[in-house]
Amino acid sequence: MAEKPSGDDASFEARLQAARGRQGLDTPPKRPGDPGGDGASTEGSALGIGLRVGVEMVSALVVAVAIGYGLDWLFGTKPVLTAVFVLVGGAAGVLNVWRTFAPKPDRIGPDRDRPDRDRQKR
Amino acid sequence: MAAEGSSSIDALGQFQLHSALGPIGASVNFSQANLMMVVAGALLLGLLWAGMRPRAMVPGRLQAAAELCYETVMSMCVEQIGHEGKKFFPIVFTLFFFILFGNLLGVFPYFFTFTSHIAVTLAMSLFVFILVTFVAIKEHGLHFFSYFVPKGIPMVLTPLLVLIEVISYLSRIISLSVRLFANMMAGHVMLEVFGSFVVMLGLAGGIFLIPAGLSLSVNIILIGFELLVATLQAYVFAILTCIYLHDAVHLH
Repeated sequence: MAEKPSGDDASFEARLQAARGRQGLDTPPKRPGDPGGDGASTEGSALGIGLRVGVEMVSALVVAVAIGYGLDWLFGTKPVLTAVFVLVGGAAGVLNVWRTFAPKPDRIGPDRDRPDRDRQKR
Repeated sequence: MAAEGSSSIDALGQFQLHSALGPIGASVNFSQANLMMVVAGALLLGLLWAGMRPRAMVPGRLQAAAELCYETVMSMCVEQIGHEGKKFFPIVFTLFFFILFGNLLGVFPYFFTFTSHIAVTLAMSLFVFILVTFVAIKEHGLHFFSYFVPKGIPMVLTPLLVLIEVISYLSRIISLSVRLFANMMAGHVMLEVFGSFVVMLGLAGGIFLIPAGLSLSVNIILIGFELLVATLQAYVFAILTCIYLHDAVHLH
């Protein structure tokens, strides 16, 4: 994990993609747009995206069911709130996935042209 | 792969905790996971201490490595969070390298991967969650709660959407911890399963040596894949921490 994320304007996803591509290469990591690296990383990133979507959706559902079950236990309305919160949790999961893959506005900090950047090129 | 299968494969036994450091460790429940955490912390401190000791203008190899570690995380903080990111550099640096060393040490034979325990990853993600919430409230006061109210929605839908937003916010704890834990555990289970195939088929001999060799080659590929996952998951954990901190500092 020696390289810094390249491409200042790229979103998190793009940089994660780039990092995947770089880490997937066992030969020189310095070549920027290596076609072999992109080809090799496609499969891994598809698996990664699948895992991320799964985790995002399930985690929201787990939290929602826990809250619903807890409230049911508190108020003694056994199945009602759990059922309601399953639906809300599903919606929150979809929201999580949307947040992850929606086109994001530029979230780069203001001082992207720091002079000490150039020290990297030593 | 039809293994000679009377003896079953104990894929999860590797995650069992034992006490380390003999009777002293046993009396204070010092497990091998704790030992690996100490080792990871000591390695990191050792790298930084030994690397930065020369304080040379033109760095040697070790100093260059230490400086590269610093600059990688520093640029991650500043790019993701902005100017304020410098304040959070120590915690992001610690998290990133603690997880990275833990993941990478786990690839060595006979070593234990402490990040493959949900207790460890959940503790770290809870810490991040509490820190982020604390920072957000400190920076914005009660205005922080406007984070849960999306802009430009009909009044009728507000309670429902706020509920969904709150659940989405809380689910960060689970997704952050489960992602790291699941990745590390799955990798090590696969290694164990294919390793067992090699032993079982190899002992059977004869024609079974061919699938045994195939399993061995799969394991070699898996080790490389583990190195990728170890680095990537540490990076993902650190960068998600940065993104959450960015949200906390800037809200929206």
